[in-house]
Amino acid sequence: MYKSWWKILSVALLVYTVIAGLLGNVPQKPALDETIRNLYFHVCMWFAMMILFTISVIYSIRYLRTLDHKFDVYARQFAVVGILFGVLGYATGALWMSYTWADPNKPFLEKFSGFAREPKLVGAAIALLIYFAYLVLRDSVNDIDKRARISAVYNIFAYAMLFPFIWILPRLMESLHPGGEGGNPALDPRHTDSNMRMVFYPAIIGWTLLGVWITTLKIRVSLLKEKMLTGDLLKKSAE
Amino acid sequence: MRVLNKITLLFAMLLVSTLSFAQEPASSSDFMRQSGRIYVVVGVILIILLGLVLYLVRLDRKISKLEKNHNS
Repeated sequence: MYKSWWKILSVALLVYTVIAGLLGNVPQKPALDETIRNLYFHVCMWFAMMILFTISVIYSIRYLRTLDHKFDVYARQFAVVGILFGVLGYATGALWMSYTWADPNKPFLEKFSGFAREPKLVGAAIALLIYFAYLVLRDSVNDIDKRARISAVYNIFAYAMLFPFIWILPRLMESLHPGGEGGNPALDPRHTDSNMRMVFYPAIIGWTLLGVWITTLKIRVSLLKEKMLTGDLLKKSAE
Repeated sequence: MRVLNKITLLFAMLLVSTLSFAQEPASSSDFMRQSGRIYVVVGVILIILLGLVLYLVRLDRKISKLEKNHNS
């Protein structure tokens, strides 16, 4: 958490993503045109969210095996930042969708009648809501150890639910996402070329490392707060 | 080489590779690029990104200082 090489790497990769992402050549797809550059931003948000949730569930399992309180703190913070990236992915997707899938011939309020027919939108919303419920669950239990145990178990189920809702069901249904019919529900690999992949893979790493950096800061603040509080309490009881 | 030098070298090489992107425009949606205004967008985004990064760095240092004070 205290080393800086991966933080510098994250910034370098993100600067590279912005520059190469906006200035590089991309294949011109129908209806998407230049907006396919969003691949480096919107899609990366979801990738980063999955990775952060994976790390979170690993720490939840480690907590259950060792009952070491700091793993519980780690699990919570990774889930929180994962939710943040998920919400950002949703918001950027909504904006992107309004310029590409929406029917330009209909008045504004009727443009999105296709919304309910996009299984990934609904699936991602459910998955995020399950993680919001994780946070609500944590706040509802007062006892620290009980809270950690219950929320660790819930985290495992919440993580497991990601897969049916985001990965499996959308592949079974027709989707507005490119390549949706019977193929990859997020992105048809035929639509990206090697130019894009050269920016896309470093971008995933860059955004994920940024998420990890933010999470480690939150973890350090949380642990510091706990230490300071117990330190103050000990001092007060000694007086 | 130290790790930081390796990272810098990697970054420099990645940036150099973007020179290969200077090929002819692909379609009419290159308006932003042809009029040279895409660089404004790149600049704006970079300013925002670096501003946020500087904020994170400041936060990181503040927390490190607090941790050091508390643990000493």
